[in-house]
Amino acid sequence: MTSTVVLLGPQGTAPDIGDALAEHGIRGPVALVRAGYQEREAEDAAMVATLGVPAVNLTLHARSVSVFREDGEFTAAYQARQHRLRHIQTFYRVRLDKIDDAARTVSVRYVEPELLEQEEKVSVDQFRHIDADHVDRCNALRAMFDTRWRPAQRPLIAKHHDEIRAILETCDALVIAGGHVASLLNRLQLFDVLGLAADKPVFGWSAGAMVLTDRIVLFHDFPPYGSDIAQVLDSGLGLAPGIVVLPDPRRRVNYKATLGIQRFARRMAPATCVAMDPGARVVFENGSIVRAVGARLTTSGQVDQDWDGSPSRFSSPFLRGVPL
Amino acid sequence: MKAPSIKALEAGPRTREAVDAFFANHSFPIVEGHSITFVWRGDAEAVHLKHWVFGLPSSQQLARVDKTEVWYLTLQLPPSSRVEYKLEVVRNGHGEWMQDPLNQNTARDPFGGNSVAHGTGYEIPTWIHEDKSAAKGHRDEIWIDSKTFGRRGFGLYIPSRFQRSRYYPLLIVHDGHDYLRYASMGNVLDNMIDRLEFADAIVVFTSSPDRLHEYADDERHARFLTEELVPYVERLFPLDAQPQSRCLMGASFGAVAALSTASRYPGFYGRLLLQSGSFAFTDIGDRNHRGPLFDPVVAFMNRFRAEPAPVSERVFVSCGMYESLIYENRSLVPLLLSTGMDVRYVEARDGHNWENWRDRLREGLSWLMPGPFLHVYE
Repeated sequence: MTSTVVLLGPQGTAPDIGDALAEHGIRGPVALVRAGYQEREAEDAAMVATLGVPAVNLTLHARSVSVFREDGEFTAAYQARQHRLRHIQTFYRVRLDKIDDAARTVSVRYVEPELLEQEEKVSVDQFRHIDADHVDRCNALRAMFDTRWRPAQRPLIAKHHDEIRAILETCDALVIAGGHVASLLNRLQLFDVLGLAADKPVFGWSAGAMVLTDRIVLFHDFPPYGSDIAQVLDSGLGLAPGIVVLPDPRRRVNYKATLGIQRFARRMAPATCVAMDPGARVVFENGSIVRAVGARLTTSGQVDQDWDGSPSRFSSPFLRGVPL
Repeated sequence: MKAPSIKALEAGPRTREAVDAFFANHSFPIVEGHSITFVWRGDAEAVHLKHWVFGLPSSQQLARVDKTEVWYLTLQLPPSSRVEYKLEVVRNGHGEWMQDPLNQNTARDPFGGNSVAHGTGYEIPTWIHEDKSAAKGHRDEIWIDSKTFGRRGFGLYIPSRFQRSRYYPLLIVHDGHDYLRYASMGNVLDNMIDRLEFADAIVVFTSSPDRLHEYADDERHARFLTEELVPYVERLFPLDAQPQSRCLMGASFGAVAALSTASRYPGFYGRLLLQSGSFAFTDIGDRNHRGPLFDPVVAFMNRFRAEPAPVSERVFVSCGMYESLIYENRSLVPLLLSTGMDVRYVEARDGHNWENWRDRLREGLSWLMPGPFLHVYE
């Protein structure tokens, strides 16, 4: 189990990954994952400069391209799995819309407020149920694929594993940059990078932070088509449990939508919803948060800008995960 | 109704200097709150406003400010409206249509150009202009020797990040060259793809020499697109040959062509973008008031309305409130929804014109074939 995990906000104009590495005593080379940048993976000079230590790019995206080019049988099966995952995501998304419609319809009925509050809990429960079901289906599909195809035992993938392990042994930490979160998750899983990193400290920002949690949530309150509802993408890698990471919230989250924030935080409970702007940081030791700088979306619809890592407290049995 | 600006002019001395100052101190047409005042200056027997706003008289006379050469007409204009118009100036008993010489805002279309009035709150979208920092897709013209229509040329857009190792969705645009010329579609694609809002897609721009027939539920057109054009483009490029990755779009008769082609090949095109579709129908009888060109459209729409079917998966419909087709488009939406298809419908305070269709592209394209903006967190 990796002992230290550090999640950071976006590293755009004022990167603080170098400070974070220094604060944790990382002096030697680090292994860098830029698979979220896909074809731009190798363009890492500016990013490496911000680290303040030498870095070795693990080139996971390029490695995956070579696997997909050379192992045709595996590639066909992998692409079929990805197609299936995309369809499942689409259908889950359709159902989410219907639940959202129903929740809104019920919420504007002229009945006793106490009944409406109860109905809101039912609506949130429906979101929670479908979110959990979606994650279960994704996990089952991935498990079935792994059992059938045993990626780690494919000669080409095993060769990459050996190379990645050898690089990681020379590094003091693993650093995971942001980018395309699904692409990043898939490459980290395909090459079992966290397994190979053993107990080395792991640092991740934006999408790189999202994949380290136990549940990845896609969100954007201002999409080009007007409005959207947050959706669970998949399980994360689970090194930073109990939180939902929301990078770049000032651009993506409508802080004025109190009811939306309230429902989202209730939907994700008991996980803490952490909005991570530049400068935000959450530090885990042995699977628990030891300190944090960031904002937290609360189940009352507020944004706690001074969240310090304290766990969320839920008075309602419902929000503690106890069925009504 | 008289606008404050006109009242002020009338209350003043009405000297040449005062009139000059009036013109120097305003931009035209004059928008004051929810009213708009069209103004023309010169000697004439009459001046008329000519526009295409359905529901208002298409020709309205301007009044003259007494003892001046200033003509004006004030109308109510709801917020966010956009209206295309011309002025007709009558001299010696002869009317001449012209663009408003006082208004720099113009729109082009295949018939020429119009002046454009912007109501309070309307803004030209920023994403239609060339963004020098955005990567540019590659544009080309290629030809196909079609069994159905003989040799035909079509436009092609290849996204800037194109790689042979990836698979791409396909967007087919009816009246595609007009979308490029009059709806800034090249800039729109460059900007939306660069901003991750629209998928990296291969885009084909088709045009027809006989669109009023070929687009009116013509079996040959559907066959040409589906059995010749799509397979041809699939041979040229690595396309994701799934319904979810094929989109047909068009405006006016082009929207009819998109829906009728999808209906002839249900399940082949998973995405439809229908703008101001000429979806004429009848509730009784088989002749529509729009004339014989619409007869095949009416027959098609009446069949579709009798047995609506989920011919696609996701359909974006848009229409202007100021066009006569608003009734037909509003009527279509519940039918589409009843089939189980995912439908999004958008109205704008605009007319049957290319800039209305341009302004809805971002919303429609990003919803039908979104780029990775929801997945990218840097």
